[in-house]
Amino acid sequence: MMAVIDSARKADESRVRAVTGLRDRWANLPYGWRISVLFAFVIFLYALPGLEIPLIKTPDTDFTSVLFLCAVYVLVAVGLNVVIGLAGLLDLGYIGFYAVGAYTVAILGSPNSPVVIQYPWVVCVPIAIAVTMVSGVILGWPTLRLRGDYLAIVTLGFGEIIRVFALNSDITNGNRGITGVPVPSEGTWPEWMDWFPGITAGRPIFSVSNVIGFYWLALTLVFICMLGVRRLERSRVGRSWLAIREDEDAAEVMGVPTFKYKLWAFAIGAALGGLSGALFFSKQTFINAQGFDLFTSILWVAAVVIGGAGNQLGVALGAILLAYLPERFREFADYRLLIFGVALIVMTIFRPQGLLPSRRRKVELEDRAKEGAVGE
Amino acid sequence: MNFEFLGDNFMSLTVTGLTQGAIYALVALGYTLVYGVLRLINFAHSEVFMIGTFVTTIVWAGLGFGVGASAPGTFGVLGLIALAIVAAGAASGGTALIVERVAYRPLRKRNAPSLIFLISAIGASVALFELVGAITDRQPRGMPSLVQPKVQFTIFGADITNLQIGIILSALAMLAGLDIFINRTRLGRGVRAVAQNPDVAALMGVNKDRVIMLIFVLGGMMAGAASVLYDIKVGLTTYSVGFLIGIKAFTAAVLGGIGNLRGALLGGLLLGVVENYGAGVFGNEWMDVVAFVMLVVVLLFRPTGLLGESLGRARA
Amino acid sequence: MRQSLARAIGGVAMVGLLVGAAACASDDEGGSGSTDAAACGSKIAFFGALTGGNAQLGINIRDGAKLAVDQYNKANADCKVELVEKDSAGDPAQASGLATSIVQDAKVLGVVGPAFSGESKVANPILSKEGVVIITPSATNPALAAQGDKTFHRALGNDASQGPGLALYMKDVMKVQKAFVVDDASEYGKGLADQVKQTLGSVVTSSAVVKEQQTDFGALVTQINSSGADSIFWGGYYREAAPFLKQYRDAGGKAKFVAGDGVKDQAFVDGAGAANAEGAILTCPCVPPEKAGGTFAADYKAATGREAGTYSAEAFDAANILLQGIKAGNSTREKLETFVDGYTGQGVTTSFKFQENGEIDPSAVAIWAYKVQGGKIVADQEAPKS
Repeated sequence: MMAVIDSARKADESRVRAVTGLRDRWANLPYGWRISVLFAFVIFLYALPGLEIPLIKTPDTDFTSVLFLCAVYVLVAVGLNVVIGLAGLLDLGYIGFYAVGAYTVAILGSPNSPVVIQYPWVVCVPIAIAVTMVSGVILGWPTLRLRGDYLAIVTLGFGEIIRVFALNSDITNGNRGITGVPVPSEGTWPEWMDWFPGITAGRPIFSVSNVIGFYWLALTLVFICMLGVRRLERSRVGRSWLAIREDEDAAEVMGVPTFKYKLWAFAIGAALGGLSGALFFSKQTFINAQGFDLFTSILWVAAVVIGGAGNQLGVALGAILLAYLPERFREFADYRLLIFGVALIVMTIFRPQGLLPSRRRKVELEDRAKEGAVGE
Repeated sequence: MNFEFLGDNFMSLTVTGLTQGAIYALVALGYTLVYGVLRLINFAHSEVFMIGTFVTTIVWAGLGFGVGASAPGTFGVLGLIALAIVAAGAASGGTALIVERVAYRPLRKRNAPSLIFLISAIGASVALFELVGAITDRQPRGMPSLVQPKVQFTIFGADITNLQIGIILSALAMLAGLDIFINRTRLGRGVRAVAQNPDVAALMGVNKDRVIMLIFVLGGMMAGAASVLYDIKVGLTTYSVGFLIGIKAFTAAVLGGIGNLRGALLGGLLLGVVENYGAGVFGNEWMDVVAFVMLVVVLLFRPTGLLGESLGRARA
Repeated sequence: MRQSLARAIGGVAMVGLLVGAAACASDDEGGSGSTDAAACGSKIAFFGALTGGNAQLGINIRDGAKLAVDQYNKANADCKVELVEKDSAGDPAQASGLATSIVQDAKVLGVVGPAFSGESKVANPILSKEGVVIITPSATNPALAAQGDKTFHRALGNDASQGPGLALYMKDVMKVQKAFVVDDASEYGKGLADQVKQTLGSVVTSSAVVKEQQTDFGALVTQINSSGADSIFWGGYYREAAPFLKQYRDAGGKAKFVAGDGVKDQAFVDGAGAANAEGAILTCPCVPPEKAGGTFAADYKAATGREAGTYSAEAFDAANILLQGIKAGNSTREKLETFVDGYTGQGVTTSFKFQENGEIDPSAVAIWAYKVQGGKIVADQEAPKS
């Protein structure tokens, strides 16, 4: 048994070497080349709804809807990565922020909500982000002093509290939910976009039956947010997070205001979560408390860790797998979560640093494994 | 907010709460044992409980007591319950053992950080959850009403039935048994030693791996017993019952002091009672929130729990 | 030097691949309601819970619709109609995705369903906007007809009749003095419970809300016992009602149990235990299947091996209306809509003529009370009209 595991590990290591080789060669490419490849890739992503790539099309569901789901999940993963990967705080109740953002937009913007204000989407969303950030701070303030495991359970509890609140309170219309969540705009496609397969001029940009507009909006937001987080990572804030993650006491001793930065991580993570919620539910047009079960929250954490916590591309990959695979392999629809659970166990044993690890993480885990071997 | 209702029904809510709490306490033991020794939140424990509930129905159905069957005489019922406790205990203990072997041991050998342990625990929980769901087609499974509740006596206007007394007494008995085991036997000493300092315990001749296996099995057996009590009380099980009970049991464990066996009992009973009071005052639908709010409050103001931690090391 | 060349070729190849793929891209099947489907090959969809705790209700409806479609296909073998099944598990959150997939399939002209009121609330606007014809055989919430969904039709009475009918049955026939009302916060359950509360008025002593998928009702049982109610009205589905009633009776509760159509299924009796469910009263704006016209009950039994369930007959009628429209040559959504709007005819359950808002004529509505007797649900009598 151990021999099989060892040979599997060696095979995986050779793959890792190949990937690392690729990564080094990428870093060595001249700047101009890298930009053009990236540009081409971005164009490819925007063009995906119109391309007919046979192997990756999803059988039962509209492919563009799946793309949109992937984009929203990537946004969630980027936000969760800030909390888990960058600041090292385990948050199992992230879906609470998702819910707060979505409900704020629904309550303020829908004609069917108990509060009949009906602001347009572009006004609701910044308010939603602000409200979610405040809730992140409220959650973080008392709890960030707790140990890792306890923090996890408390965040889990908060996620549930928000869900039960949504289920039972009048302002969210309980389980019956709010229909008519506002869409980003009521505009229609102009004539010059007609050449794109799937777009007919004159039809609404953001409609339930044709999701291309939503997908492009989500994709754009994903790029903006990823760039933003990358800049943060390389700034003083990011370095403080790194210090906190590696050894909080040492960081504190060196003068890093750990509590403040942890709170910042929570707030930023919350903001991104709220934004994704607002985005997703404006496509769904309907929101009710059932969309916010704890299970999804836990799956998101798993996706982030499997993809590679701390590495934005890694968590994006994890999120895409989470969103895409169940839709692609619908024949196994009933077993998809089972497969996911087993995959989690397997991944943590063989590749705990994730599929696309951040280099620091990989080194850290290797060091620990060596320590472990000594203690046996 | 209905305080009148609380006042009028204080005693009955208390009794209902104690009954519920007894079940939480038994499940909490599993969490507290594993966390006290390994510093690991065993997410899969909730599914260990759930599997126990199903095994109970299978055993009963196998003996001819399916849904709607009439209960045999008193001795027959007691026999069925005893049999179920043994079977469910074995099944739950066995499941816990498998989870430890497959999911946790390899990680321990690699000295993985606790985040990875947690992820693996989540994976194990999801896998078991889905496996049972797929096997049972996600349909709930009923069982016969074995115990016909009869009011034994009345205190302060609250009717206390034989079912409630039975559940509370059984839980207390099992807890007492476990307590004696941990504190008075040699194996129990091994458990306490490993909880305090695994490396030194190993140096002193304690077989660390075997002790760890033991605590998983013990926790599983307690959950199995709890699952039988749950089945008798609720009369229905489905693949998703584990999740909520698991979270509440963990809350109970933390409430009482993680790693502390008596704390698990206290935490469980307290949680059950407060939950029911909350349901009385705020309405049924807020019952779960009460549990979570309690958790948050306890962790904020007394993270070591009400009775403090005893099994394991002092909190870092 | 060679490396740069390799990269240049790679980049050109990538761009070429993109352009080629875009050029070969076929037209998206974007949703639109006005494409002319071929005269044959039309489809109708069933939308409801085929899995999950309340699956039996959806299965009964699906089977009723399927019987109609199968009979039609046998009689019209050259131009068959396909029944597409969309399983929502009764969950409104899944409804929007499913509704979207229906509108995007241009061949689906009409829907038998959605089965539950919660999912209807979500799915109807999406379906109606793209012109898909909706005939629900079971969703009873009155608000559905007021949402402005132009293609909505309801093949049975709604809770504005069922609720008061039920309450009057409780007051006049059962003569209850103190009622305890429970609802499950769902669109259907809360709506019906509110209607009942309104008509019962002061007879209601207190009320409570339960959660979906709740299995442990200890606190609720205590609450009911201490309220001294002599009857319980349950606004919800059998998935929660069955374990509740079992626990309630086990705890010695003696109050009479009354519920609406969401509880009316054999699975309720089985789940609660025949002894516990004995004497429970269930109402339904549906005719007892044995009283349905024609050979429906026998045909259903022959096709599925089971007795017809709640709303099987209504689903049969709903499907037949759609099928008659397709047979008459209405092969687009608009034409089918016009047909159904103007339809008059006799089904196995009642006579159909849809009003402006999609409801059937109130005089054609009958609310029936059923009783659980000897482990089976039998028809009792028609509920008094308000």
